[in-house]
Amino acid sequence: MASAGSSLLSVEDLQVRFRTRHGVVEAVRGISFELGREKLGIVGESGSGKSMTGRAILRLVSPPGEVEAKAIRFDGVELQGLSEPQMRRIRGKRISMVLQDPKFSLNPVMTIGAQIVEAYRIHTGAALVAARRRALDMLTAVRIRDPERVYAAYPHELSGGMGQRAMIAMMLAPDPDLLIADEPTSALDVTVQMQVLAILDDLVTSRGMGLIFISHDLNLVASFCDRVLIMYGGRIVETCRAAELHQARHPYTRGLLASLPRVDRPVDELPVLRRDPSWAQGA
Amino acid sequence: MSASLDAQAPGWRAWLLAQAPQSRLQARLGSLYLGWLLLLANPLALVGMAIVVALLLLAIFAPLLAPGSPYAQDLTQRLLPPSAEHWFGTDELGRDIYRRVVHGGRVTLTIVLLVAIIVAPVGLAIGTAAGYFGGLLDTVLMRTTDIFLAFPRLILALAFVAALGPGIENAVIAIALTAWPPYARVARAETLTLRESDFISAVRLQGASSLRILIRHVMPLCLSSVIIRVTLDMAGIILTAAGLGFLGLGAQPPIPEWGAMVSSGRSFLLDQWWVATIPGIAIFVVSLGFNLLGDGLRDVLDPKQR
Amino acid sequence: MSVAAAPDPTGLRPAGVGRRSRSGAWPLRAAGLLASILLTFFGLLAITFVIGRVVPIDPVLAIVGDRALPQVYARVRQELALDEPIYVQFWIYLSHVLSGDFGTSVLTSRPVLEDILRFFPATIELATLATLMGVLVGVPLGVLGATHHGRWPDHLIRIVGLIGYSVPVFWLGLVGLLILYARLDLVAGPGRLDVYYEDIVDPVTGLLLLDAALAREWEVFANAVSHIALPASILGYFSLAYVSRMTRSFMLEQLRQEYIITARAKGVGEARVVWRHALGNVMLPLITVIALSYASLLEGAVLTETVFAWPGLGRYITDSLFNVDMNAVLGGTIVVGAVFIGLNLLSDMLYRLLDPRAR
Repeated sequence: MASAGSSLLSVEDLQVRFRTRHGVVEAVRGISFELGREKLGIVGESGSGKSMTGRAILRLVSPPGEVEAKAIRFDGVELQGLSEPQMRRIRGKRISMVLQDPKFSLNPVMTIGAQIVEAYRIHTGAALVAARRRALDMLTAVRIRDPERVYAAYPHELSGGMGQRAMIAMMLAPDPDLLIADEPTSALDVTVQMQVLAILDDLVTSRGMGLIFISHDLNLVASFCDRVLIMYGGRIVETCRAAELHQARHPYTRGLLASLPRVDRPVDELPVLRRDPSWAQGA
Repeated sequence: MSASLDAQAPGWRAWLLAQAPQSRLQARLGSLYLGWLLLLANPLALVGMAIVVALLLLAIFAPLLAPGSPYAQDLTQRLLPPSAEHWFGTDELGRDIYRRVVHGGRVTLTIVLLVAIIVAPVGLAIGTAAGYFGGLLDTVLMRTTDIFLAFPRLILALAFVAALGPGIENAVIAIALTAWPPYARVARAETLTLRESDFISAVRLQGASSLRILIRHVMPLCLSSVIIRVTLDMAGIILTAAGLGFLGLGAQPPIPEWGAMVSSGRSFLLDQWWVATIPGIAIFVVSLGFNLLGDGLRDVLDPKQR
Repeated sequence: MSVAAAPDPTGLRPAGVGRRSRSGAWPLRAAGLLASILLTFFGLLAITFVIGRVVPIDPVLAIVGDRALPQVYARVRQELALDEPIYVQFWIYLSHVLSGDFGTSVLTSRPVLEDILRFFPATIELATLATLMGVLVGVPLGVLGATHHGRWPDHLIRIVGLIGYSVPVFWLGLVGLLILYARLDLVAGPGRLDVYYEDIVDPVTGLLLLDAALAREWEVFANAVSHIALPASILGYFSLAYVSRMTRSFMLEQLRQEYIITARAKGVGEARVVWRHALGNVMLPLITVIALSYASLLEGAVLTETVFAWPGLGRYITDSLFNVDMNAVLGGTIVVGAVFIGLNLLSDMLYRLLDPRAR
């Protein structure tokens, strides 16, 4: 498995399953990967287990979900061995997460400022004044022009793009080493998507952070990340460098690529993605 | 014989639980069966159902379970504590409390059923008419409903009873007058979703009158939600009726109504606790039964609330 | 808006989509609110008017007695405007009630309004204390039930709530008196005060606990506490049952929301996630629940006050009922109804004030 530089996160044989009335549902079936201070894309259709992978790393899978892994090692520390209070010092401070839709992922009755300040103060114990300054700086860093107004605003008063920038500002305020972005732009308008991605790219690169970018959009991931994992049915079916995606061998990846329309090679009909159950079985 | 029956039973189960039902009927029955299974899996709901069934049996077989008249007095046997002869003791007129409690089940059930029989059709008629015709009629009817909903129900019932005079019939009318608005709401909401459906348009194209559409097509479909709502309301109706009885505004003595029995036992509370306490326990157990059943039903119908 | 603010689970959706910046329509909404309140109040008066007409008692005879001369009877009948068309009678009734004239009580031969003002504080004191207890215990219990969803604390809290929904309040009051007062002597018996302490404290607010504290009559205060403890706890239990049940269901809904995951991902501790983030969102719909619970306690006072010989509005209404004192009954009904409407309005306004999305 290709790894860029020293390993920041290494996941070994991660499994997530849900016991329900109708039997056990295996969301993630033993995946392993390594991550350096790079941008790693995880691509898959809904139900492929990509979101659960992100949440399992932060131990945020709630019951009845169960997580099991040979190792989830972050910066040399085995996360599974940590107590809940120790884990809380990892969350937000070392590993942070941006969720899909700011309309739902921001607390509707707290101001943006209060939410950023909370994220910062939990980990730094900074005074309110300092935390406020930090929050305003972060809002400026995500290219919000009037940070004072956004600071005092409630989530519903912001557009989707603004909300997601505020979310990024909040999650980066305590200076984490790794950011897990779970479909951070899927809920946004196409034009806004690009702006938010550019901001995210900028901040991650300039701070030398690691990024796990979870998305269903192969094109987007390929243009944005260094490396791509393709997930299907809870397994990783292919790993490759983003630049070498066109050389991908797995039929699922090829199918995904073929089902995208291309301006330079127009076709009458886009091929339908064919799925083979055996991809999810064998590894 | 028995072998063929055995073979048939799982066949029925499979048919009911089929993932891809062949017909609407099968789908409907299948979901009913699933709901039934869920209800069975909920021990509290089962307890509730057992209590309600017990109340029904008690009311039906009251003369067998507690032979003798609940009005029979024996002044030599006044205020006796519970014993083998008088399981729940006797009251101030020497009447057997066990007998009166068992027969009281009939009174309670009668009140509840009468209220349901009045309230469900009234709510159904108002709600479906408002939903089906819309416009001004809808506004007027729903405003009236809102006004009734905004009132203190018990006090309004008291005022009605004050005007009509005490007694079971008037208590039933008073409770019904304050209980119909939620049913109108439920029926209206249901009608709104039905009004635009294709089969209603089809019936209308065939030239059916509005009244016919309402009675033959809309009302039957709203009935199930209304009936469910009645089950959820039963405990409240029982408590209100008992409260009216306790205040002396519901069933009049010597009718063995539980609330009135608690009231008459009040005077002997300190020395003969059983006279007031035991009928109260009966009220509590029965309304708990309806509440447990209703709670279970709600779980089945709205899994999100669980 | 509907005046009958039934707890609306759809009002809970996070970040109200499509509710954004409607502040421009604020005067319009206020006018609509006012109109619906006036309409409801008008309906209340119409219903009490109808009830007053249905009574099978001749209101004239009630005043003049059945041995009065025909001329006297006719004069009183005319004074009461009973010969006028029904809408004129309603108009007269309306103008009387709106000017605070509910007529004279047959029982106390005082103006009904005066009576109500005298008896209402005792009911308010009881209902307020009970609601306080219900909220202070019920909200934490509901939260606990939601955080332990499906485990034994949840089941226990659920059963405690269901029992509260099922127990007849008058019976619980009697059993409470029997055990805690008669047998164990832990609390004082019926009434607001022991006879010995009566008339020591001047009624300033009418709320006895407050009056006693203001007058620094601590013995009276202690006695009043001992009297109110049982009825308030029993009513409080009913409030608790309702409040904890609604809190639990609101909390379950909120704990499923995405912003909870965000808070956890930030490293916020579980206690703060539950009590600050989730409960912060639950407090808004809870306002309506608490108002409804308070209103139903005012109403439940009819039964409790009978059991505890509590000299409040509920007992005034029932006493008047037995004496077929319709002026008093209808006056009491109007006042309680008006308080219901007022509480609805208050909770609606609080909601708008506190919910950033509704501003």
